[in-house]
Amino acid sequence: MDVISTPRSNARKALDQLGRPAERRFGELAFRGLLLFGTIIACLVLGVLLVSVGMDGIPRLNAAFLTEYSSRFADETGIRAQLTGTLSLMVLVALIACPIGVGAAIYLEEFAPRNRFTRLIEVNIANLAGVPSIVYGLLGLAVFVYFLSVGRHLLAGAATLALLVLPVIIVAGREAIKAVPQEIRAGGLALGATRWQVASRQVLPAALPGMLTGTILSLSRAIGETAPLLAVGAAFSIRQNVKPWELFSDFSALPIVIYQYASFPGEDFRVEAASAGIVVLLAVLLLMNSVAIVLRNRYSRRT
Amino acid sequence: MSATTTTSPQTAARDEPPSLTSSSPRYGEKVILGALAVCGGISILTTVGIVIVLAVESSVFFRQSSIVEFLTGTQLSSNLGGGGTFGVLPLVTATLVITVIAMVVAAPLGLAAAIYLSEYAPERVRSLLKPILEILAGIPTVVLGLFALNYVTPFLTEIIGQENIFFFNMLSPGLVMGIMIVPTVASLSEDALSAVPRGLRESSFGLGATKRKTTLKVVVPAALSGIVAAVLLGFGRAIGETMIVAVAAGALPDLTFNPLKPAQPMTGYIVQRFSGESPRGTPAYQSIFAVGALLFVMTFSINLYARKFVERYREMY
Repeated sequence: MDVISTPRSNARKALDQLGRPAERRFGELAFRGLLLFGTIIACLVLGVLLVSVGMDGIPRLNAAFLTEYSSRFADETGIRAQLTGTLSLMVLVALIACPIGVGAAIYLEEFAPRNRFTRLIEVNIANLAGVPSIVYGLLGLAVFVYFLSVGRHLLAGAATLALLVLPVIIVAGREAIKAVPQEIRAGGLALGATRWQVASRQVLPAALPGMLTGTILSLSRAIGETAPLLAVGAAFSIRQNVKPWELFSDFSALPIVIYQYASFPGEDFRVEAASAGIVVLLAVLLLMNSVAIVLRNRYSRRT
Repeated sequence: MSATTTTSPQTAARDEPPSLTSSSPRYGEKVILGALAVCGGISILTTVGIVIVLAVESSVFFRQSSIVEFLTGTQLSSNLGGGGTFGVLPLVTATLVITVIAMVVAAPLGLAAAIYLSEYAPERVRSLLKPILEILAGIPTVVLGLFALNYVTPFLTEIIGQENIFFFNMLSPGLVMGIMIVPTVASLSEDALSAVPRGLRESSFGLGATKRKTTLKVVVPAALSGIVAAVLLGFGRAIGETMIVAVAAGALPDLTFNPLKPAQPMTGYIVQRFSGESPRGTPAYQSIFAVGALLFVMTFSINLYARKFVERYREMY
């Protein structure tokens, strides 16, 4: 700031502060290098993580690991129940969270009056995004498992995760709706359509790809969550396929099995099997994110 | 707006103005609108639900054990029956030690990344680095926990020596958590930096300041409230982060400030109790809601405070 407000009498001092051209150039380069170095560190750690997990996990990975249930023996154990559990959770969370999230986004963008209640909802959504996931777990445990007597079953896990990702879906949905040009609404209204007709038949289809991208990204956040599932009683070792329509069956998920393997002392579980589980989890995430990116690119090309 | 409201006074006086209310009442749409409003209201219900659940369930705990003892106790142990002494201080100190380590890593690295991406990076480098940071932000935290336990801890052991550092310790999860927070701090600070008007930078260049001087003395101070908010939000995330500490910090609720020793932060304690044996209603079980309530109050107030800073820089520009 003081560089701006330097009065003329101090101009000489300011010039001195800038330094001689040569050392100034060195200072500039060093600073830039320092910034780049700081930026790269986090990326490097990510690289080390992916390579080391891959090196430990990929050799352990085989067809049996995906199709077998868990076992006491590290070389026989598999993640079939957890993989089906994660896929079932994904389907259920999408079914619960999408309609509510999209509905809330439409309401807030197209209908909500500018009053204190609307402002409260907005502040509240922003704050909910900062609530630790384990607190959602406690909410799910008290409300779904006990109060609504769902029990420690698939539905409780899916409902808890749905609440967790709802703020993210709402925010993404609102962004997508905001991106729809105002002329489309004006045109619809001018032709005599009601606000709901404009919202449902003009705005929503136009905003859908953007919403879908945001939803898939938030779902990929949901399937990596561990703590809320532990809270509502995801099982450590179950020997059955988890199916999305069996809402009141025991369930587990990929992050749960990774956490379980991490607690074993032996390296065959803690390093090898856990890393193989991580590789599968990251592969599922990668798949979902690629779908989201393809959708996003398609969408941005059209407009 | 003004174009739509200009009706000439003559026409309005001569003819009956056309009715602007719809010709049919359309009750169906009112129902739909109500349903949409309910969807919006569910977010409020979630917050209310969290507050009620934490208040009710921890009141069960505080009926059996005093609130003063809980907040000031330095001992945390429970017996098989689910009773015991429940002082939360060992958990709070562990949370603070790990969080401080994380912020020492995340604040400078996140700020450096934000400044580099916003002020310096050429478009090609930017479009390479930003997605990498986004991927980092999307890595599940249980994976980061395992990374801390299986790779970072052995690495630290090699440097510091086996006799100095425990298998479970606070340093390793703290460092990994710091890396996890970098994308949060970086992207929020970058928003604040790029909200600084171009004019400020150009006046500074015009006065002969170099790019580094401009960045450090003009742009960063102008974006300071946003940067503070970013660091605070990162801090809030670090306090609430669960799986990294649950996997790599151990499960020993000891009151210690030594980052090389094992300890149990608040989130780690809650997770451990989930898979514990104590039945519902016992102090040991209900204590997770009391710890959860404390955690919620801490993160919620940090987030509220951070939003104030965000609003400040939004107002300025």
